[in-house]
Amino acid sequence: MVAKHSLSRRTLLGGTAALGLAALPFGTARAAGKMTVGVIYVGPKDDYGYNQAHAQGAAALKGMAGIEVVEEENVRETNDVQKTMESMINLDGASLLLPTSFGYFDPHVLIEAKKNPTVQFRHCGGLWTEANPKNAGSYFGYIAQGQYLNGVVAAHATKSKKLGFVAAKPIPQVLNNINGFILGARSVDPSITCQVIFTGEWSLAVKEAEATNALIDGGADVITCHVDSPKVTVETAARRGAFVCGYHADQSALAKDKYLTGAEWDWAPIYKGFVADMQAGKAPPNFLRGGLADGFVKMSAYGPGVSEAARKNADAVKAEMMKGGFAIIKGPLSDNTGKQIAPAGKAYAENAIELESTNYLVEGVRGSA
Amino acid sequence: MVADTAHPDLDSAGSPSPALQVRAWIARRTEAVAIPLGAVATGFALFSLFLIALGKSPAGFLDLIYRGGFGSPFALQNSLQRAAPLLFAALCVALPARLGLVVIGGEGAIVLGGVAAAAIAPALAGLPPVLGIPAMALCAALAGAAWIGAVGALRAYRGVNETIASLLMSYIAIALSNHLIEGLLRDPSSLNKPSTRAIAEAFRVGPMPGMKVHWGLGFGVLACVAAWVLTERTTLGFAARIAGGNVRAAQIQGLPVGRLIVGFTALGGALAALAGFFEVTAVHGNANASLVAGYGYTGILVAFLARQNPLAIVPVAFLLGGIEASGGLIQRRMQLPDATVLVLEGLLFVLVLMSETLYGRYKVFSPHLWTRTRAAAPVMAVAS
Repeated sequence: MVAKHSLSRRTLLGGTAALGLAALPFGTARAAGKMTVGVIYVGPKDDYGYNQAHAQGAAALKGMAGIEVVEEENVRETNDVQKTMESMINLDGASLLLPTSFGYFDPHVLIEAKKNPTVQFRHCGGLWTEANPKNAGSYFGYIAQGQYLNGVVAAHATKSKKLGFVAAKPIPQVLNNINGFILGARSVDPSITCQVIFTGEWSLAVKEAEATNALIDGGADVITCHVDSPKVTVETAARRGAFVCGYHADQSALAKDKYLTGAEWDWAPIYKGFVADMQAGKAPPNFLRGGLADGFVKMSAYGPGVSEAARKNADAVKAEMMKGGFAIIKGPLSDNTGKQIAPAGKAYAENAIELESTNYLVEGVRGSA
Repeated sequence: MVADTAHPDLDSAGSPSPALQVRAWIARRTEAVAIPLGAVATGFALFSLFLIALGKSPAGFLDLIYRGGFGSPFALQNSLQRAAPLLFAALCVALPARLGLVVIGGEGAIVLGGVAAAAIAPALAGLPPVLGIPAMALCAALAGAAWIGAVGALRAYRGVNETIASLLMSYIAIALSNHLIEGLLRDPSSLNKPSTRAIAEAFRVGPMPGMKVHWGLGFGVLACVAAWVLTERTTLGFAARIAGGNVRAAQIQGLPVGRLIVGFTALGGALAALAGFFEVTAVHGNANASLVAGYGYTGILVAFLARQNPLAIVPVAFLLGGIEASGGLIQRRMQLPDATVLVLEGLLFVLVLMSETLYGRYKVFSPHLWTRTRAAAPVMAVAS
C-alpha cells in the first residue's frame, strides 16, 4: 500500500516521537496495568444515531477499573483516520482501537494494523478475512431483526397500510433493513406496502427531511429510516403527525408519543467482552457477528401508541428470534419486480452469507435499489 | 514627497536612493504580513475568551495545538500530510481570484479528479508507471479543468455568477461521481462501500523520500510556486490582474478577458483535481465516497487567509493542517467537541476578511513615509 519500503524509518520516527512525548508531563500518565481503548467516530458523538450508539458502548467502558477511553469524533475516512489511530497509539498508548465507520477498514485499518502489530484493531462493519492482519478484526450485528420487529409494530399502528422508509444508499446492509421492515409488517397484514426513498448520502439532513415529507404526502403514516443520524427524519415525521420507528439509537425523546419502538445497537456488552479478552491476555475474536439473541441488538421500549395486540405480537416474534436462527428471508418470496428470490422451503437464517450481498427489495416495497 | 534635487537622499533624477527604496519595499511587505498576523492573533485572543467561557485553559489549548501540530516529528508529518490537499484546493480559489472571481466549488473538481483518475487507470494497465501515473494525473486534471473552466465560461460568456455556479456545479460533480462509483465504475466486490476497481499497485504513488507524507505535498508546493510565477512574473498574470482590477479597462486595452477567465478557472480546476488524484493513488487506492472530505471548502479558507497569494498558501495550509492535526488531541485531552476547531477556523476567517479594510490605513506602513527625505521625520500615527 502506501510506502512499504520506508517502514523501518517510519517506525523509527514514530518511536522517537513516542519516546520524546513519553518524557513530557502529559496529564494522563500511563500507569502500569492500565489499558487504553481508542474509539473513533465518523460523525458527532451525539447524533441520536450510529455514532451515538457506539459512544454509548464506549461510555460503558469508562466505569471499568483500569480502563482509559480516548475518543475522537468527526474523523474523515481519509489519511486523517490513519493519523488519529497513530496518535492514539503513540501519544495515548492505546492497545485496543475501535474505528467504528465502515469506510475506515480498507485501506486505513489494514495499513495501521500491519504497522502496529502489538495493537489490536476491531472494526465495525468490515468483513475481516484470514488474509487480513491477525491483529485486526471486524464485528457487526444482524439489526435487520430489529427492523422486522419495527415492521410488526408498525403494521398494527398504520391506518393507511402504507409505510415509509428513508434510506441512505442501496447497499446490502440497508436493503436487508428495508426488507426486514416490510416483511415484519406483511407478516401481520400482507396488504401493507412500503415506499422507500434513497437520499444517496449517509448524512444529508435536507434530503432526509424532503424524503420524509414526500413519504407522508404520499400517504405513509409510519416512518422509519437507515441513515447515520435519524434525528431529522424522526423529528420531521413526528411533527407531521406520523408514527416513527427508531433506528441505531433511542430517539423516543425526539418523537414523544409518536415513537412506537426502535431497532438499537447495544455495543456495551460487545466492547466489554473485547476488553475482558485483552485483560485476560488474549486477543478479541477476529470475526464477530450476532443479533438480538446474542445481545448485539436491542429494541427501544414501546411507546404509548403501541396497542396491546401489537405488543403481544411483537413479543412473540422476539421470543422466537431469541432462540436463534430466525429467518427473515424465506420462500416462497419474490422481489418487487416479480423475480423469485427464494423458492418455497428455502430460508436464509440471520447469519446466512448470502445476506451480505443482498441486491434486491422484496415484494411490497415500492422503489428500486 | 519633497522634491529637493539637492538633497543627499535623492539621486540626480529626483528618485529616492536605493536605500530608501528598500525601506519602502520593507514597509509594504511588513504591512502585508503584519495585518494578517494581527488578525490571526486577534482571532486567537477572541477564541481564548470563548475557551475561558467554557471553563477551559487557553494556554493548555495553545500547548495542545503546538504538540499536536508542530511539536514532534510525528506531529509535523501529520500537519504536512493534511496540508497537501489544501495546497491544491486553495489554488483553485486563488488563481481565479486574480481576475476578481470568487470560485468556491473546488470540492467538486477534487472529487471528479479522483474519479477520473480511477476510471482511466484500468485502461492504462500495462504501461510503465512512469507513463501511467502522469497519464492518470492528466486525466484527472482535464476533468477538473473542464468542470471549473465551464464555470469560468459561464461567467465570461453568459454573465452567470461564478460563486453560485461553482457551488452548484460542485453538487452536480459529487452526484455524478456517486452515480459512476455506484454504477458504471463499481467494483462488484465492493458490497457495502461502493468503490471503483482498485488501482494497480504499480500505479500507486508512495511517500516522499525520508517522510511519511505522500508526493502530493511536494507537487502541491511546486504548484504554488508555479502559480506565483504565473501571476506575478508573467505578462499573462499581469493581464489577469488588470482584468481583475477593471474589466472595462482591460477590454479597452484589447486584453482577451474571456479567454483569461476560462484559462485561469480551468487551471484552478485542474490543480484541485490533482488533490483528488493524489487521494486516489496515494491514499485510497480506488475512488469512493470518502473522496468527499471537505478539502475544497477548507481550501477556500486557506486561500482567503493567504490573501490569494499563491506563495502564502504554503505556510497557511501548513498552519491549518496543524490546527486540524491537533484537533484530535484537543478532543481527547480537553474533552472539547470537534466543533471547537471549527469555531477557531471560523473566527480566523472572519477576522482576516475584516482586516482587508485596514490596508493603507496605517501610516507606519506607507512607502511614502519611508521615501520621504530626512527633513520630514517619520510620524508614527494611525490615519483617522
